[in-house]
Amino acid sequence: MNLFDYTLEELHRMLVNKEITAETLMEKTFLRIEETEEQIGAFLTLTKDKALEKARAIDKQGIDPTNVLSGIPIGIKDNIITEGVRTTAASKMLEDFIPVYNATVMEKVEAAGMIPVGKMNMDEFAMGGSTENSAFQITRNPWNLNKVPGGSSGGSAATVAAGQVPVSLGSDTGGSIREPAAFTGLVGMKPTYGRVSRYGLIAFGSSFDQIGPFTKTVKDNALVLNAISGQDKKDSTSYAEENVDFTEMLEKGVKGMRIGVPKEYMVEEGTEEGVLKAVKEAIDTFKKMGAIVEEVSLPHSKYGIPAYYIIASSEASSNLQRFDGVRYGFRTENARTLEELYVNTRSEGFGMEVKRRIMLGTFSLSAGFYDAHFKKAAQARTLIRRDFDKVFQEYDLILGPTTTTTAFDIGGKIEDPLAMYLSDILTVPVNLAGVPSISIPCGFSNELPVGMQLIGKHFDEKTIYQAAYAFEQATDFHKKQPTFEGGVK
Amino acid sequence: MNFETVIGLEVHVELKTESKMFSPSPAHFGAEPNTNTNVIDWGYPGVLPVVNKRAIEFGMGAALALNCEITQETKFDRKNYFYPDNPKAYQISQFDRPLGTSGFIEIEVEGQLKNIRVERVHLEEDAGKNMHGETGFSYVDLNRQGTPLIEIVSEADMRSPEEAYAYLETVKQIIQYTGVSDVKMEEGSMRCDANISIRPIGQEEFGTKTELKNLNSFNNVRKGIAYEMQRQEKILLAGGEIQQETRRYDDTTGQTVLMRVKEGSSDYRYFPEPDIPPLSISDEWVEKVRTSIPEMPKERQIRYSQEFGIPVYDAEVLTATKEFSDFFEETVEKGADPKQASNWLMGEVSGYLNSEHVELHDTNLTPTNLADMILLIEDGTISSKIAKKVFRELIINGGNAKELIHEKGWVQLSDPAKLLPIISTILDNNPQSIEDFKNGRDRAIGFLVGQVMKQTHGQANPGVVNKLLNQELIKR
Repeated sequence: MNLFDYTLEELHRMLVNKEITAETLMEKTFLRIEETEEQIGAFLTLTKDKALEKARAIDKQGIDPTNVLSGIPIGIKDNIITEGVRTTAASKMLEDFIPVYNATVMEKVEAAGMIPVGKMNMDEFAMGGSTENSAFQITRNPWNLNKVPGGSSGGSAATVAAGQVPVSLGSDTGGSIREPAAFTGLVGMKPTYGRVSRYGLIAFGSSFDQIGPFTKTVKDNALVLNAISGQDKKDSTSYAEENVDFTEMLEKGVKGMRIGVPKEYMVEEGTEEGVLKAVKEAIDTFKKMGAIVEEVSLPHSKYGIPAYYIIASSEASSNLQRFDGVRYGFRTENARTLEELYVNTRSEGFGMEVKRRIMLGTFSLSAGFYDAHFKKAAQARTLIRRDFDKVFQEYDLILGPTTTTTAFDIGGKIEDPLAMYLSDILTVPVNLAGVPSISIPCGFSNELPVGMQLIGKHFDEKTIYQAAYAFEQATDFHKKQPTFEGGVK
Repeated sequence: MNFETVIGLEVHVELKTESKMFSPSPAHFGAEPNTNTNVIDWGYPGVLPVVNKRAIEFGMGAALALNCEITQETKFDRKNYFYPDNPKAYQISQFDRPLGTSGFIEIEVEGQLKNIRVERVHLEEDAGKNMHGETGFSYVDLNRQGTPLIEIVSEADMRSPEEAYAYLETVKQIIQYTGVSDVKMEEGSMRCDANISIRPIGQEEFGTKTELKNLNSFNNVRKGIAYEMQRQEKILLAGGEIQQETRRYDDTTGQTVLMRVKEGSSDYRYFPEPDIPPLSISDEWVEKVRTSIPEMPKERQIRYSQEFGIPVYDAEVLTATKEFSDFFEETVEKGADPKQASNWLMGEVSGYLNSEHVELHDTNLTPTNLADMILLIEDGTISSKIAKKVFRELIINGGNAKELIHEKGWVQLSDPAKLLPIISTILDNNPQSIEDFKNGRDRAIGFLVGQVMKQTHGQANPGVVNKLLNQELIKR
């Protein structure tokens, strides 16, 4: 049995019909992981014993036929706090850090009967777009082992793409779910800011961060979001709407749906030809299904990258101050004074990219620079948010490519931070506006998956899933499987 | 050249909420280090702050009592700095939209009334405590981390150490009346920093200020400012310049000592706290808090003198603390004559509290038993002499005044039928006194009264004894 072949509902049916037990499903999962992990490198920590124990417990209880997620294995990005399980955020700073509490999403995962199998590699503290900034290992793209899987949730994407687990959780601050989903041919949802509790997500850009699922199919994705979303008393920025069913509208089709395509997202210059071509074909598919697709404008998108990098880095510079060597995590051995404890712990514990962003953020917030940097960026953010609001007065969704290119070479951009930052150009405006956005497979370019973004109104993930599902039913990109080619076996 | 001193005070007050400002940990003192903490207080990865609504309400109460306007569209900000007692390396505070602004209080120095403006009142969280061990290690106790604080910033309106002292006393009294804090400087629930500068009289522009820290009592505030005034004056008179610096008051030498020279203002990189959405305070909420604020001491003083005819000075003493003032009012409510209640509270009660170094709530005295006792004096059941014994019993052991005097047999002896035999015996035994009385020596009667009192263990009603004695002496 290969997990590539089944949706969550199919796995559930087999579990309910006792064609397979949760324990066997888990054993198969680990078999697949063991077979492929050397090539992929998706996991930082595996929790096989715990996972098998939970699977046996679920078998003993009996699979709940009303709960499609019961007994389903799941991979967890390593910036999500897991009680008793090492949580590193792919940083030397937290190399041996074993938390004493669970993130709210982990409680929800548990309540849904899903079984975590381990912690996924990522860019250190979620800063990056290739997972090469991990302090521990690189992760390879199952479609081409010489390519990056995207980032920062590269491990979460690669593991699902490689058929190791059917679903994983990532986090998206400026594109960290959607870009890797696009690069690995997956469905990746960045929910509305506030939809999923951030309690227990190691903070990067607090006003952007959202947790979301990676899956092979749209329906799987909606089912997982059902389980992990909801208001949380521990997160004041979480949204009060209970018992939303994101699968509710899946079958409704897109007839008469109004979709805007921002001209700023469809520029030939700087966009890979095959990407643009795939998205244009997707637009045609939507039109054929009866959607009204028209060009729109998000005129302030050009300020997205600078505004995002200033605000997110400013928040990060403050959020990451707690890693000071005093209470937990890495502590330097070279310190005689308090000052040295701080400086050396942080110099030795953080990687280059993290330091770069701390510097950028600290600078942007400093007296004398705040107005020209942070404040200006916050104003640009308001303009970008208004751009979206304006389009959404007339349109149900916004469509565009997720990324300007397909997955790039390992080592290809790592020496050029600016080029790496620019690869977020199509994803960051969404985070600045706080709106939800999904990336779904919409074709191939040079044998690598191309992702398309569907952006919705605040808290209107249902319409996104509705359109994504219709597209998925009309195409077969999601059925293609990676070949593990291009790399060394 | 004559100088004028310009003083502004920053006062921190801990709010006595059940739980902390942004975490559900208990906000109480005295626990073992780090026991009143949780992951939020540790600044653990992934945790988020959730605002304690009660702290907002308490802060609003304090701000309103200080006559501030409430900023209804308010928000929190991060103040960034590294220190081991600051686990997130930022303090959640308020920067440009403080909860309260533009307040004032009235102070009185040597009979002169003066308004001191309150620039702002903002909410923030307290830090933990660093402790330095003997083994070369330092320790951090995070029990205090996250305790709700308000910072009350005055305008630079004070001109003498005495005014600063009066301002602090008034702030303390007002906050204490609102009930949102214990405001005890010795326990750290009230703390004060002072900004001091001097300028030649007549000059409008402020001089360079120094900031004074470690002022851990009202007296030290007064002494520290006085010292700093003289220090600055000496420098200026010698042709020197004042440096902008932070100084510490040393209690043992009575001097201020340089801590650090300020180079510009510290850069705390304030920015809006993204984990807490901006707060919108409704008109209804403000009004609800406003109406819940108790009557302030000034208003009570006026009422006491108008309703009860209590002298101004006495009214001030009675309202010094809310506890004392409430006790007085309850005693009156239980039926005691206001003047008698006032006399007892200002006399015996205060005397006892001072000598024992305790406060009212530490004793067993209640408004009910004090009122009962005062009524028993009034109706002649006990003498004022016995009353002092009753009072000591009540304040130390408590109990019911009436039961107590019966139990102890302290009821005053006023019945002539019981007193006459005693008086007769005493007259029989003191012929000399009768002689003296007849010779017009008034002292004799005093001596005889004393004898009756002695015989009755102080329980005889002196008025009745006097009357009976006179009557019997004339018969002899």
